[in-house]
Amino acid sequence: MIGDFFIPHAAFSRVVQEIQQWGLIVVSFTYLLGVVNILQVHSAKVQRRSPEAPYSIVLVVSLLGMACLGIFHDHKSADSPFIWLYNTVYDPLSATMFALLAFFITSAAYRAFRARSTEAVLLLSAAILVMLGQVPVGAAIWGPDSFLGGFPGVKDWIMDVPNLAGKRAVLMGAALGAISTGLRIILGLERAHLGGGN
Amino acid sequence: MPEKPSLLKRLEFIDRRWLFLALAGSIVLPLLFPIPLPLYVSPMVQDLYDAVEALPEGAIVLLSADYDPSGKPELEPFHVALTHHLFRKNLRVVIVSLWPAAPPLTEIVMDRVGVETTYGKVYGVDYVNLGFKEGRQIVMKSMGSSIRNTFPTDRQGTLVTDLPLMEEVDSYDDVAMLINISAGSPGVKEYVQVVQSRWAVPMVGACTAVSGPDYVPYYKAVPQQLLGLSAGMKGAAEYEKLVGRPGEAMSGMAAQSASHLLLIAFIVFGNVMLYLSRRKGGA
Repeated sequence: MIGDFFIPHAAFSRVVQEIQQWGLIVVSFTYLLGVVNILQVHSAKVQRRSPEAPYSIVLVVSLLGMACLGIFHDHKSADSPFIWLYNTVYDPLSATMFALLAFFITSAAYRAFRARSTEAVLLLSAAILVMLGQVPVGAAIWGPDSFLGGFPGVKDWIMDVPNLAGKRAVLMGAALGAISTGLRIILGLERAHLGGGN
Repeated sequence: MPEKPSLLKRLEFIDRRWLFLALAGSIVLPLLFPIPLPLYVSPMVQDLYDAVEALPEGAIVLLSADYDPSGKPELEPFHVALTHHLFRKNLRVVIVSLWPAAPPLTEIVMDRVGVETTYGKVYGVDYVNLGFKEGRQIVMKSMGSSIRNTFPTDRQGTLVTDLPLMEEVDSYDDVAMLINISAGSPGVKEYVQVVQSRWAVPMVGACTAVSGPDYVPYYKAVPQQLLGLSAGMKGAAEYEKLVGRPGEAMSGMAAQSASHLLLIAFIVFGNVMLYLSRRKGGA
């Protein structure tokens, strides 16, 4: 697959295309593995009568219910039971779970975001400037036509200069790390992923 | 009789439900009583709009909608505004999804925009929805070899060979632009790494606000790997403004402003209390 990036030859591309098709089929079966794994873990919890057993029952019933509706019933038209459950249960629950993050951030902002060192002061100052530059009220307080481009201008500078430099460094570091780890695995120097000894 | 805790201590250990209530108020009140605020369009979103605007009429765009309901409040407003823009410009659109929960959201957007009723577009001729395919980066790469082989049928099970639009599209070489709306992985980063860097297809993206800083390097690269980027509800609001269709994102800007101000107030207040308690402790 990596070689395909560097070898633009029709014969080689055909082989890669075939391997890609295998890959798609294999990946599809991982869903089956995932379902089996979930059923094993949660049926064990129910059998043990663990305190989380009711949640496990809800999970398994929801999983099997949606799967049955999807497999044995129409799951694409807007008035199907599958889409009805998606729109009325999954959609609002999923959005709610994500929205709860805002409340945790609020609590953290009050209790944890403390300027205990110079680095923390810099981090908090940058965060406050970006938060103000990110929303219209920041532009209303100190507009883009003002000195330094106002809060939006300062926010753009923070994102385009220090943030960009840091992100590029992280990206390059991660890429080099991935290459070296890949080489170690290919050369057999790294075997931890196979389990067993050190 | 136990000593009553000082005001400072009581504020430090305030019941967090009061904080939650304050946040809920800062979001709900501006939604109920909207406050008009100036909306500044950032260069990244302006460039995204300009890139789409520069496409010739009839050009084919590959739209990969990769988000689920958790990212919907941030990304759906952009998706709606973009869909208006694409069909108003008479572009033809091939839609795919690499997230399993995305296809129903795409259909909701198409219905809300009124692609067939308002713009008079015909399915199969002006747009197709190929639905979801599992495989993440493998699917991205496979589409470079053949979209028709990767997605033999559309979302409704129709053979792609029966769709007139798909006669003209079989790889990234056949699309004028790749647009990715993504709430995470696989998304903008993977499309840049696997597709844009290999096929050099012009690409723009929309992502959640938290992912925005991660993708700025691709927008700032020379030559640009992303021609434009919209991050979060703010980016969507800017796009709505550019398209001239104020929607949910623009109406949510006052709520987002108020909640940001509240968070900043909490951070400042928390640090003032830290300073005061340190002074008191050191005295």
